[in-house]
Amino acid sequence: MTTPLAGYLLVAALLFAIGLAGALTRRNAILVLIGIELMLNAANLNLIAFWRFGPHPELLTGMMFAIFSIAVAAAEAAVGLGLVISIYRHTNTTDLDKMNRMKG
Amino acid sequence: MSPIFYILAALTIAGGLATVLLKHLVHSALAVSVAFAGLALLYLELDAQFAGFAQILVYIGAVAILIVFAILLTRGAERPQDGVFSRTWFVGLVIAAAVFAVLAWTVMQSIRAVLQQTAIPAVTVRDIGNALVGRYVLPLEIVALLLTAATIGAVIVAMHEKERPKP
Repeated sequence: MTTPLAGYLLVAALLFAIGLAGALTRRNAILVLIGIELMLNAANLNLIAFWRFGPHPELLTGMMFAIFSIAVAAAEAAVGLGLVISIYRHTNTTDLDKMNRMKG
Repeated sequence: MSPIFYILAALTIAGGLATVLLKHLVHSALAVSVAFAGLALLYLELDAQFAGFAQILVYIGAVAILIVFAILLTRGAERPQDGVFSRTWFVGLVIAAAVFAVLAWTVMQSIRAVLQQTAIPAVTVRDIGNALVGRYVLPLEIVALLLTAATIGAVIVAMHEKERPKP
């Protein structure tokens, strides 16, 4: 049977793949951003699992990495959703297949 | 591995799958909240209490609300006529499956080499605070600057512009 760390890593890999599939297959820009959030969360799960089962958990390296990553992901979500709203104002759509020009 | 891990992993994966597969965007936002909650519970299962509660506060408290606001502001709740998946959905699915296959293969290959620390790490919030203002003070300041810049940037990007003729 698998070890605990391998179990967490497999869950994180599956969640990353689901997020990637969402980002690559959906039309709506907001759902693409949600997929990116899922991928970031999968990476955080990896960091915390390695912190928990690593040789020096008292140094807090993996935990700190995950906490800073959560903060950066929050900033990314705010700017990304602001961009989606701004694009929606210009083009009246959030469908990525219809956003095929760079001129505003 | 404990049965709790399997339950939480199933909850998280189910939330993620529902997020990607559900057609209605508001339902997707609800499902992604479930996935975030499952991840927070997994952090608690990994004895990372601070990260777990930070996950609940930041993701379920802030990011999910932001997503719902964006969906409602862009009328994303209305279902599009020509499907929710893009024209090249099959390529995306193949790429995602390939990425998962490579990651899972790597994990299973290195299964004997992976670290096995079983003792519960004795880390308190006091230790985390001391580390934040000691060893990690520079990243903390940079994150503070980044959050300020991101807040101002998001407001400026989404700010209402002058009326222009609709195409």
